[in-house]
Amino acid sequence: MALLELTEVHAGYGAIKALHGVSVSVEPGSIVAILGANGAGKTTTLRSISGMVKSAGRISFDGKEITNHKPEDIARLGIAHVPEGRGTLAQLTVWENLQMGAYVRRDRQRVKQDYERVMDYFPWMRRRRDQVAALLSGGEQQMLAIGRALMMAPRLLLLDEPSLGLAPIVIREIFEIVQTISKEQDLTVLIVEQNANLALRAAQRAYVLEVGRVVLEGAAAELARHESVRKSYLGQ
Amino acid sequence: MIELVAGNPVQAFVQQVVSGLASGAVYASLALSLVLIYRAMDVANFAQGEMAMFSTFIAYALITTFHFPYLLAFALTIAISFGGGVLVERTVIRPFEGSSVLTLVIITLALFSIVNGTAGLIWGYVFKTFDSPFPFGSVHFQGLYIGYQDLGIIGVTLVVLALVFVFFRYTKLGLAMRAASLYPEASRLLGVRTGWMLAFGWGISAAVGAVSGMMIAPVVFLDPGFMQPVLLFAFVAAVLGGIESPLGAVVGGVLVGVLLALLGTYVPGGQNLRIAMGLVVIVAVLLIKPAGLFGRSEVRRV
Repeated sequence: MALLELTEVHAGYGAIKALHGVSVSVEPGSIVAILGANGAGKTTTLRSISGMVKSAGRISFDGKEITNHKPEDIARLGIAHVPEGRGTLAQLTVWENLQMGAYVRRDRQRVKQDYERVMDYFPWMRRRRDQVAALLSGGEQQMLAIGRALMMAPRLLLLDEPSLGLAPIVIREIFEIVQTISKEQDLTVLIVEQNANLALRAAQRAYVLEVGRVVLEGAAAELARHESVRKSYLGQ
Repeated sequence: MIELVAGNPVQAFVQQVVSGLASGAVYASLALSLVLIYRAMDVANFAQGEMAMFSTFIAYALITTFHFPYLLAFALTIAISFGGGVLVERTVIRPFEGSSVLTLVIITLALFSIVNGTAGLIWGYVFKTFDSPFPFGSVHFQGLYIGYQDLGIIGVTLVVLALVFVFFRYTKLGLAMRAASLYPEASRLLGVRTGWMLAFGWGISAAVGAVSGMMIAPVVFLDPGFMQPVLLFAFVAAVLGGIESPLGAVVGGVLVGVLLALLGTYVPGGQNLRIAMGLVVIVAVLLIKPAGLFGRSEVRRV
């Protein structure tokens, strides 16, 4: 059974509708990518999953309906959403950012283990744990956002354009880390990207959104060979 | 209270500074309660002084009507004020969440009249005395006379400020409250119930305000308007220190207290100029350094 299932989801901002019946299915343990141009509805899809925007249709997580639940309740079910702009708690320190990731958890021992694990993925954080997050580079902030999400011990990680505004070498590093984490921790990841090239390489399945509708879906490897994807999103 | 030391001008000056510190401590704690709410919702709570006044009346009732010992009444008042603050946020502020700043300002002004009127209805407008928990008399030190009253106010305020600081700096809930007020959306995505964080903020703010009311009440008389000048000076303190900075509120409060004490001593008719002086400070800060002494523009790097 799919861990996350979107069925005919409609959503929008006031009079402007951004999603016109999007259906997406995410299998546990997999990385799924949603591709699309600016304004295709990628971010809105993530926001409707985490309850940040009102939606119609059906969104279910682990078999339970979560449509229009409050964001804080959805987060508590184990969905970690790294939003557009990375959600950096800029005036707080690196350590405080990570602490906030574990805010709802009561299992201190496990939190400690997860903290050590995050430090292993991102060793630089140990040295800079008392630095204010605003002073980190864009790439470091993205890593901090991922680290903070891991501190939630999530079952599903939603990543909104992790590549945005970053240098190619940093983007590659971040994608590698996400793949490693997904494999090692059996973490399910739904990733939204404009950078189709890397996303298709990292993902097992992918969807292509155009003006709020799914126009293509399939195995990532197949989509990477698909002519219209190559033309529109891979620049080939 | 303070006996003026004639003769040695340096001693007289220091004497005034010390007495300014005591009233400054009261301004500081009320300013801190203003800042706590301002940080959380970008609105100055104009009812802050009246809420503190009401809390002080509760302490008064506990002591005089119910004959509770002072310490118990003090602790109970803080607890009741915390609960009251939470309740006010949940019932009065909550329905207007997301409204414009102007709407919220009007709400706090309405709250001001409601709290003031309710206190008048219950306790009347006749001045009452509120006994001091501190003994009369003063410590004699290097030619200075420092009243127990002043020392007590300064001491209690320091303890309250330290507790607030430790809470926000070192506890998980305090951290979550800071995160929720600065980054509400990102915090909700981490599972933080931001609505409750705001309510707790109101609770803590009301509790801190209650302490300021209970500390100043023995110095002045108790009536439903007794916190209004204090609120004015707390505003001056908050603006001077930087309306978003808790540390600024404290430093601002102390500076305002000392400034007013010196004004009263060294400027002829200075006692009558206190309120005018407060407003002059506000205007000067807004003209010269609008962010206040400790205000800072946000650091951002992309």
